Amino acid sequence: MIRPSIQARHALARLTLPAMVVAAFGLMLVGKVDTVLVERARTAVYDMSAPVYAVLAEPLRRINKAIAEIVGLWGLRDENARLRVENEQLRRWQSIALTLDSENQRLKTALRWIPDPEASYVTARVVADAGGVYAKAVLLSVGPRHALRKGQIALDERGLVGRITELGSRTARVLLITDMNSRVPVILETSRARAIMAGTNGPWPRLQYWTEGTIPKEGERVVTTAEANAFPANLPVGTIRYNANGIPEIEPDAQLRVLDVVRIFDYGLGGFAPPETPSRPTPGRR
Amino acid sequence: MALSDRTPGIRPHQTVGRRLDIAWRYAFPAATSVLFMLLSLAPFGLWGQAALLPVVALTCVWFWSLFRPAAMVPPVVLLIGVLLDLVGFLPLGVGGLTMLATHGLAHRLRRFLSRQGFTVVWLIFMTVACGIAAMNWALVSLLTLTLVPPGPVLFQAGLAVAMYPVVAIPLMLAHRTIADPERA
Repeated sequence: MIRPSIQARHALARLTLPAMVVAAFGLMLVGKVDTVLVERARTAVYDMSAPVYAVLAEPLRRINKAIAEIVGLWGLRDENARLRVENEQLRRWQSIALTLDSENQRLKTALRWIPDPEASYVTARVVADAGGVYAKAVLLSVGPRHALRKGQIALDERGLVGRITELGSRTARVLLITDMNSRVPVILETSRARAIMAGTNGPWPRLQYWTEGTIPKEGERVVTTAEANAFPANLPVGTIRYNANGIPEIEPDAQLRVLDVVRIFDYGLGGFAPPETPSRPTPGRR
Repeated sequence: MALSDRTPGIRPHQTVGRRLDIAWRYAFPAATSVLFMLLSLAPFGLWGQAALLPVVALTCVWFWSLFRPAAMVPPVVLLIGVLLDLVGFLPLGVGGLTMLATHGLAHRLRRFLSRQGFTVVWLIFMTVACGIAAMNWALVSLLTLTLVPPGPVLFQAGLAVAMYPVVAIPLMLAHRTIADPERA
């Protein structure tokens, strides 16, 4: 084998760093030009690593649960008292809800109401955080023969979580409603004012562009609207809260910080292009 | 191999096991960096866990570029950076550039820092982490044409400084024992 001289080897070693910097700039260009390629590479990496995370998820969940239980033992008395009060309230609400439900059914029958189509859903486990530093998203482990599509809606047991933005063969990425690129058309439940819920990457998305003349009330419920055909109407989103600066924000119903299992609903909607990946957000009004 | 060229002496027989051992010791820095990066994404359910990935990548690249540059060469650094972009959902190229900058800085400061104690290295790392965080923020803002909130990168820099001993001390122990090619 011919070995280069020591000087040549030194010169080569000195050139590698600048060459790699040039390569990094080249990659930057590729990333700007071909977003589909980058998205494919991402999903490929996650498809490979997701089974490992899925295996790790169960023992980690058990450990977290054990820790939570030990912590919970400290506040058991207070928690118990709080739950008693809450249970009392919920019982009252339950009776109200049952009465209203039966009344609603009777009225719908009287009106010959066409019922909304039943949405089909699949359940998937959250296996990893897929947001990185600048985005809020989670990675779902889905079976190899799933029938999911981009733009489908994810909910946990309490409320709206987000939408599917990227799909691999075994994984799906859900952009959360708290992501700064997320915009959801919503309606304020009591005043029926339309608004947009805009994510900020913080825990509470902001309320924007509400109908003139209405003032969002603290604690008012916010649900989705079917406008723009991106979401079905009346999915629970959250409640209004005012932050320290007097800006209305939304406290999400979904437990976005401790997502474990989410349901992916297929409402057969296609009015809205699925949101772009956060690597290329559309510059616009914020 | 390079070792036997340079220093004369009696050496043990090159068996397959020994070759594998040497290869493992050479691959240790890059392999563990990638492994730690992927592990940092596991569902631990920690608050602010997303910042762990860039912190782990930064610390590993900094440490090995400083103490074992032969095993953390620029192509490997670029690969780690690309992995950081892909799994960390950064625009492609940002991880590569920031990691190469870290590597370049460590390489520049190598002669000076190899004579200093742990605390001085840590203090210098603090400055480097802040600079890299600022670079990361500027690149992402430029590439996405939006002013991304600076909070997460500040948190990331703080976490990198706080986590440095946690990552660097085990790496240092490994560097002197199981990852040292001279001990193969």
